[in-house]
Amino acid sequence: MAEHCVKVYSRFNRLWHWSQVGSIMLLFFTGARLLGLHPILPFGAAVLIHTVVALALLLLWAFATFWLFTTGGYKQFIPRMQGMWEVSRFYAYGVFKGEEHPYVKSYERRHNPLQAAAYFALKMMLFPAIWISGLAYLSYGFWDHLDGGSFWLEIIANFHVLAAFAIASFVVVHVYLLTIGHGFRQHVRPMVSGYEKVDLTPEAEAYFRQQGRVLD
Amino acid sequence: MTQSALRITAFVSAVILGQLPAYAQDATPEETPAIGAQSTPVAQGASKAAHMSDPVKELTADHSKFDQLKGPFASGSEVTEACLSCHTEASNQVMHSVHWTWEYQNEATGQTLGKAHEMNAFCGNVASNEVRCTSCHTGYGWTDVREPMPDDPTKVDCLVCHDKSGQYTKQDNLAGEPPLDPVAAGAKTITGAAAWPVDLAEAAQSVGAPPGRDNCGNCHFYGGGGDNVKHGDLSSALFNPPRDVDVHMSPDGQNFTCETCHVSDKHVFEGSRYETDVIDPHPDRMAGTAHDAAACQSCHTDSPHEGPNPLIAAKLNDHTDTVACQTCHIPSFARGGVATKTVWDWSTAGKLDENGKPITEEGFTQSDGKHLHTYMSKKGDFEWGENVTPYYAWSNGEMTFTLPEEEIDPTQVVEINKIGGTPGQPDSRIFPFKRMVGTQAYDVQRNVLAYNNVYGPGNGTALWSYYDWEKSLKAGMDYAGVEYSGEFDFVHTYMYWPITHMVAPADDALQCESCHAQGGRMADLAGIYVPGSEINLGGKLGLAMFLMALLGALGHGALRLINRCKKNGGHHG
Repeated sequence: MAEHCVKVYSRFNRLWHWSQVGSIMLLFFTGARLLGLHPILPFGAAVLIHTVVALALLLLWAFATFWLFTTGGYKQFIPRMQGMWEVSRFYAYGVFKGEEHPYVKSYERRHNPLQAAAYFALKMMLFPAIWISGLAYLSYGFWDHLDGGSFWLEIIANFHVLAAFAIASFVVVHVYLLTIGHGFRQHVRPMVSGYEKVDLTPEAEAYFRQQGRVLD
Repeated sequence: MTQSALRITAFVSAVILGQLPAYAQDATPEETPAIGAQSTPVAQGASKAAHMSDPVKELTADHSKFDQLKGPFASGSEVTEACLSCHTEASNQVMHSVHWTWEYQNEATGQTLGKAHEMNAFCGNVASNEVRCTSCHTGYGWTDVREPMPDDPTKVDCLVCHDKSGQYTKQDNLAGEPPLDPVAAGAKTITGAAAWPVDLAEAAQSVGAPPGRDNCGNCHFYGGGGDNVKHGDLSSALFNPPRDVDVHMSPDGQNFTCETCHVSDKHVFEGSRYETDVIDPHPDRMAGTAHDAAACQSCHTDSPHEGPNPLIAAKLNDHTDTVACQTCHIPSFARGGVATKTVWDWSTAGKLDENGKPITEEGFTQSDGKHLHTYMSKKGDFEWGENVTPYYAWSNGEMTFTLPEEEIDPTQVVEINKIGGTPGQPDSRIFPFKRMVGTQAYDVQRNVLAYNNVYGPGNGTALWSYYDWEKSLKAGMDYAGVEYSGEFDFVHTYMYWPITHMVAPADDALQCESCHAQGGRMADLAGIYVPGSEINLGGKLGLAMFLMALLGALGHGALRLINRCKKNGGHHG
């Protein structure tokens, strides 16, 4: 096993990530306007942008889900307990002592166990919470005739906003964690260029070399 | 189509009927030739008929050609008699309308309403004040509203609705009679103008079919004793409104008359403030088909918003099962430069100056520079408003009144009428109202609203002549035939008037932010969740979570920095 600079993020993977970043930021901005946190943009324009961007993001998610399952990429996100303690201990203690990150990335397992658990929760709980409540919110006109329509709208609205802030909190921690270890730039670069240093078995190295996916 | 066809048929029949007596009179034996007997009388009967060389008239009958209408007429009733000689059924139709009976049976609530029965927050009651109040009645000589108008077809005032000469009017204190020569000194018309002698013959010959906006407006724009005093959305500004005041009635807009929406059938008009059509009672009809409801949706449907952006349009259409059209499209009432009375405090009426003379103050200046009364010894204190933001409430159109003799709770504001409706129900919408704030007399012992006698020069009791509440209330209660303890005070009241006129152009409609903002227009309204009107619980919890994440990250980062510095410091040491 040796570390090599390998192309781990395909073009679609990067496009997925960065368009998700862009649309989630736009959704935060317009959503905050709708909640009344800032007055920039008229309400109607904010509704329009929020709706269009949300639908576009849903479409992207549909493609991404298809892509994850056809390429087997979904396996990256399956949570596991192995190494969890070490990583948790590192963030809570070791990082202050200047210790090295205990996790060594592999091609099959880019994410450390804590990271994988966080992404899993994001994808399986927060994202469904936001889009299911969002679609229910958006389609209010189709069900508001039901008894207690306004009551359910209020429940949905509260749930949607809470889920949005949970995602925002994830983003804060996600961005902060990029500053740990080799530094922010080092961590962001792979998602731009596609290449990252990972441990490869000789067999894997030979295979990736053949494919032209190893940089050094 | 059906409506106009009926109308044409009615006029053709009227013309034929009108010609028959003339034919009978004209056909004297000397003039009847022996040969061709059928053709000549017909020609004589048609002697007034227009020929192809004449201009084509709007209507099939030119009333100025009728001998019956040449006059002279000594009274309005004589004109009505002439009308009835052809339109034999017209008075009977009118006498079956609320315009005549001033009585409205609300089947849903079981209440008997109408001006003859209810009380309001303006001059209170008609009883004992008749000749002043009934000056706007569509009849002649209703001097006692305790009794219905007599079944006398000649007492119907045809001219007030059908006059096209523009010079017919009613005097403000003659129980519906017009001012005739010689006009009494100081007499006024129902619009408050100095009265002039009406030429009844000229008016009779001018008549036309659908009432114009001045026919309706001369009474309805001046309800409550002056221009726009009562309704707030019905003022003289609507005689010739600019487009931004009323997009339907403006000559630069649709140029509607009142009757375009308030369609009539047998002299009964659609539209009611007792049972308002807040939803279209016939949603299955195609837009633009003949309608018998004065509802916006009759023409506009309940999904009226289209492009330019279909998403926005769809979102706006989402609102129509919750919010009445009027709520957004009448952003404010009393527009167009005529203020409406918003507060009327009767409790201060009756004060006189040191010489025992009545006092008047004109503390409100209307946007056209006109000064309006803010105190009168006759009426107490007033407040006025222009471009007034409506009061919003869930409404199914059903009004329940606090009727005379109904017990009130004087510790609370008494609602003269209560707005019916349930939040979120299919029959209810959020609807705009003018909320009239009043202070009115009531019987302290019996806890009922008190009838007041305000008008009646020379009767010794009228408030407007003698400035004495004791006498006024005693006279009013006695006249109405109800018990009166003799002890009175004043109670605060609200009266709600549906706002449905003065629809603004689409560009002037309320914006999303008008309601979807903290402190927006729906802020005080129960039973509706308005996104953006508050940071909700989910928002507060979420913000707390977000801030904790932010602080956590900052704290973590700060600890790392501190430890790094320590370490570096150690190296240097």
